[in-house]
Amino acid sequence: MADSISDFYTLPLDDWIEVLVKDWLVPNFRPLFQALEWPIDQVLGGLEGALLWLPYPVFVVVVPLIAWRAAGTPVAIFALSAVLMLDLLGIWRETMITLSMIITAVAFCVVVGVPVGILAARSDRFAGLIRPVLDIMQTIPPFVYLVPIVMLFGVGIVPGVIATIIFALPPMIRLTNLGIRQVQGELVEAGLAFGATRRQLLFEIQVPLALRTIMAGLNQTLMLSLSMVVIAALIGAGGLGLTVFTGLGRLDIGRASLGGIGIVLLAILLDRVTQALGEGGRADTGRKRSFKHLLFKGVRRTDRDDR
Amino acid sequence: MTDGNDVPASRPKVVVEHLYKVFGEDAAATIRRVDAGESKDNIYAQTRSVAAVADVSLTVGAGEIFVVMGLSGSGKSTLIRCLNRLIEPTRGRILLDGQDVVAMDADALRELRANKLSMVFQHFALFPHKTVGENVEFGLKVRGMPPVERRQKALRALEQVGLEAYADVPPDNLSGGMQQRVGLARGLAVDPEIMLMDEPFSALDPLIRRDVQDELLALQEQLHMTILFITHDLHEALRIGDRIAIMKDGRFVQVGTPEQIVAAPADDYVAAFTRDVDRGRVFRMGRLSQEALTVTPGDDAATARRRCDEHQVAGLHVVDPDGRPLGILTRADLASAEDAALSDLMRSDYPAARADQELIELYGACARGLPIAVLDETGRLQSSVDPLRVFALLAGERGEAETPRHAADVAPLAAREE
Repeated sequence: MADSISDFYTLPLDDWIEVLVKDWLVPNFRPLFQALEWPIDQVLGGLEGALLWLPYPVFVVVVPLIAWRAAGTPVAIFALSAVLMLDLLGIWRETMITLSMIITAVAFCVVVGVPVGILAARSDRFAGLIRPVLDIMQTIPPFVYLVPIVMLFGVGIVPGVIATIIFALPPMIRLTNLGIRQVQGELVEAGLAFGATRRQLLFEIQVPLALRTIMAGLNQTLMLSLSMVVIAALIGAGGLGLTVFTGLGRLDIGRASLGGIGIVLLAILLDRVTQALGEGGRADTGRKRSFKHLLFKGVRRTDRDDR
Repeated sequence: MTDGNDVPASRPKVVVEHLYKVFGEDAAATIRRVDAGESKDNIYAQTRSVAAVADVSLTVGAGEIFVVMGLSGSGKSTLIRCLNRLIEPTRGRILLDGQDVVAMDADALRELRANKLSMVFQHFALFPHKTVGENVEFGLKVRGMPPVERRQKALRALEQVGLEAYADVPPDNLSGGMQQRVGLARGLAVDPEIMLMDEPFSALDPLIRRDVQDELLALQEQLHMTILFITHDLHEALRIGDRIAIMKDGRFVQVGTPEQIVAAPADDYVAAFTRDVDRGRVFRMGRLSQEALTVTPGDDAATARRRCDEHQVAGLHVVDPDGRPLGILTRADLASAEDAALSDLMRSDYPAARADQELIELYGACARGLPIAVLDETGRLQSSVDPLRVFALLAGERGEAETPRHAADVAPLAAREE
């Protein structure tokens, strides 16, 4: 008694995919994919070199300063402690490698995601077209595409960054699209009524007004790429992810925890700073992001509420 | 459409011919139904299409303020957006200075929007990420004007609305009335020939609304733009408009001057609006003026009395040979005094007005029951207004504009005086 179709016939989709990737995609398009690697490799290499070259004391001064400027005193204090802690734990080098990976991934997400998001905001058809793609990118478990990535790009830190980009890109596109679509219709009409071209409309009105939402997208992308750090280590990316991964392999709980703490500290710091930048870039608080403005942001907001 | 559709005296600046805008599937079928006179609801029920603007034609002269008044959903906002093609018209012609806007390609249209037209919006539509000054500069920046020049122009425009001190403030920090002044300045900065105003003052408090209305009228005195003004408030329409179109279900129900609309509403729909209008604010003295009955100080009392009786009026204006009024002779005084000199009988505190004064300003003058002297700019007696006719007009009696000269209908007052 057979009660399911697969007793008679199983669709050999797994074989097909294997053939598609192994026998068609890899031999025919490997050079193309390798070419894609090149710009990522350049940026990553440069960034990693720079971060590792800079003497540690520079970070002790500069990181808290950036945090203070962007997000105020409490975050600055946290930044200082985080920088000291990371060195104290002996994972500074790993942290810098991870940081350069993340910055590279996020930079490419912005370069790709913002224009795609803008196109999606302009054309309902394009938005409808990329929506299922984004859905797949967001729901498919990263382990599934690790193997094809290794086949196409090889093993190493750059393929790790590529996997991170795939995983972290969707919110950038979605929120750019959303931000631009959310700009009040009357403001767009005002722009058009005064004779703005589409380009002027985009850069004078839509993008500045969508900036807050776009920054929220950036923040999400950043967080997602941090969560990919360990998975990327599976295919040869170094840094904190590797620390966790090797700790895991040797059942070395202490070592794995160190990597975890490093990732968490980095995540909190980057999250607070980018979030504050997003708030500072919020469209409705005027444009000058001065020290004073950023510091007294809270005060200003209550002023506004009183009115 | 009824009266008032006569082409204004000056050359036409905006001409709209048989304009239609259909939202929905089959535009041609919808237009056929509209032309057949089917109601909007009926058409929507059967075709799921709406003719937001249905066969609208209008002509606006240069320097005129043309107000389109209608309730929400009447299509007035759609109509005004068709003029600069923020909404594409479905059918019809729109001529600005003889140029067909509907036929323009994208570049020509942008050129037109940047140079000839500007627009003021209901919710101000100021860019929150730009300062007040940058907002006002926007139209000029888009046009490619260099920064220093456009800044100067923007400041001049802000000066016109009294906000030059706020150039570097974000617009959110200003009150609603001030924000709309910025909106107005942004429109003015580009030196538009035609200004489209989409319910610009609807979002403001009544007192502030009055202020900005006055300001707009004062600006218009200097600038003589052609203004298309949308409102849902008939009082605003009457205050601002040189001519008013009442719009309902995408059509113009009546077009006319404020006085025409209030004096002779085209149908019950318009009449429902005009019912609670303060007629004293709509009608002006000039509408009621008649030839003044005058005597000179040299005339004798008998002549004056005879003229009074002949014309059944309550009083006579006494004028000097230049035509300047000296005072008034009341019928009662003339009757009681036998043969005194007119200069002794004459009262020097006569009621006076100008032809362009609203009736509401003259209720006090009317209360005295004496003919009101209407003076021209040089102070000469131009004409005379019988106070009873003021009240007749306020009461909304039909045909009061064409009432026969004094005589019969003045009798009640004359009777009271005796």
